Amino acid sequence: MPDLLELRGVHTHIGQYHILHGVDLAVAPNSLTMLLGRNGAGKTTCLRTIMGLWRASAGTIRFDGSEVQTLETPDLARRGIAYVPENMGIFAGLTVRENLVLAAREAEPDEKRLDRIFTLFPAMKKFWHGLAGNLSGGQKQMLAISRAIVESRKLLLVDEPTKGLAPAIIQAMIDAFQELKRDTTLLVVEQNFHFARSLGDAVAVMDSGKIVHRGRMADLAADEALQQRLLGLSLDTHQ
Amino acid sequence: MKNWLPLALIPAIALLALPLVPSLPTWVTLTVAGLAMGMMIFIMASGLTLVFGLMDVMNFAHGAFISVGAYAGASALLAMKPAMQAQSLGANLSAIVPGVIAAMAVAGALGWFFERVVVRPVYGDHLKQILVTTGGLIVCEQLIHVVWGPDLIPLPRPATLTGSFLIGDAAIERYRMLAVVVGLAVFAAMWLVLNRTKLGLLIRAGVENIEMVEALGYRIRRLFVAVFVAGSALAGLGGVMWAMYQESLTAGMGMQVMVVIFIVIIIGGLGSVGGCFVGALLVGLIANYIGYVAPKLALGSNILLMVLILLWRPRGLYPVGK
Repeated sequence: MPDLLELRGVHTHIGQYHILHGVDLAVAPNSLTMLLGRNGAGKTTCLRTIMGLWRASAGTIRFDGSEVQTLETPDLARRGIAYVPENMGIFAGLTVRENLVLAAREAEPDEKRLDRIFTLFPAMKKFWHGLAGNLSGGQKQMLAISRAIVESRKLLLVDEPTKGLAPAIIQAMIDAFQELKRDTTLLVVEQNFHFARSLGDAVAVMDSGKIVHRGRMADLAADEALQQRLLGLSLDTHQ
Repeated sequence: MKNWLPLALIPAIALLALPLVPSLPTWVTLTVAGLAMGMMIFIMASGLTLVFGLMDVMNFAHGAFISVGAYAGASALLAMKPAMQAQSLGANLSAIVPGVIAAMAVAGALGWFFERVVVRPVYGDHLKQILVTTGGLIVCEQLIHVVWGPDLIPLPRPATLTGSFLIGDAAIERYRMLAVVVGLAVFAAMWLVLNRTKLGLLIRAGVENIEMVEALGYRIRRLFVAVFVAGSALAGLGGVMWAMYQESLTAGMGMQVMVVIFIVIIIGGLGSVGGCFVGALLVGLIANYIGYVAPKLALGSNILLMVLILLWRPRGLYPVGK
């Protein structure tokens, strides 16, 4: 089966800075690919470039069979890519309901999908009419992910979903992502190796704006020496 | 943050002014005058706060939309002088409605032209925005001189809206009551659009995080143009109402009122329509009370109000969560 998303030799410049230096990356359909790497490796820029929020200065991005590197962000979203940014990007002045209504572009959110969201994240039902700005950090992340799945999407790009979350919430996130990956393709940037290892089918590691390793997550999780070399960490210190 | 507190400032200030004013009828007259002035400022300022909040554009040319709208409206009104002078509300309205439509249409069209030609090339650059929109304001003022002449143009109010009526011993100007009614209607309409429609949802979300709205699949740039045009049209409406309030027009009227408008949108919280409404009423009330009680302080009263409110809430009365 062809890859759902494929980046070939993608370069991105932000102002005078050259951030991505020829990224090659593939995401298979119905899989969860973890994008790992140290701070400043270019992971967030990679997601933003795929989403059209930064423009690729060279290279090609193929999504669902066609080249998309010249498309605008709204067009990419309409083709089925959802994006959850690092800061979650929720609309604090809108209620939980309004956040989800906005994400369901063409109509009111589908009842079945809402039921699924409420099963994954019961807090969304509890605070349905509450202001999103009043939610806790974990609940905001749940809302951001709910917004991304309130309609059927082909690919979810999620940037550091566990950043700043308490361990108990991280476990809830792992459960939710386990459920999500059954029928959704995901590309997730993550710093928490425990989270990455628990969920990832495939892994790509970035360093200095390039992909320096691609393979199965299970292989990386089993090879501490490789982790040390690629990520500068050991499993023990990041569980 | 308690959301009712800024709203409570309005009756609180009115009550505080009560012992300072020598009689109750005078207080009633001043209060209605302050509310009417505030409503007109709100109409003129509401578009600018949305444009700033949604598009992050420092549009100093908003004053030009006020002036041009006022002149376009006044031209229509003066062309229907017999209907304006008739002692019949129906006849007056037959002149006022086309006048208001002309003001809003011309100001809206000018806003569309500005967004396309002047503002679009400088999105994201505040310094250039200030320079080009101020330049645009000056050019528009000079064009008003060319088209309508440099002299002050008198604009008598419609016959049925001149004079006052009495509530007890308090004299209430008819035109001020109209201004209050129109201001409330504009606020209600904006509130309904912003809070009860998907378009409003998009605008509110766009004010907070444009990038995320685009990532959800909406082409927000088109909405920018619509909001810019609507804001300009409201400036035109405010302009013609302000001109009838002052009973005269000058090319510089938009620029003169811009200082107060900026104070109002800063007090209210940049991008907040509700904040703009409360801020405008506070400015209108304080200007009238202080103007009566201590005229020498009138000039600085708005600045003092802004300083005090920003000390209390540095991002304005109703900050928009960016």
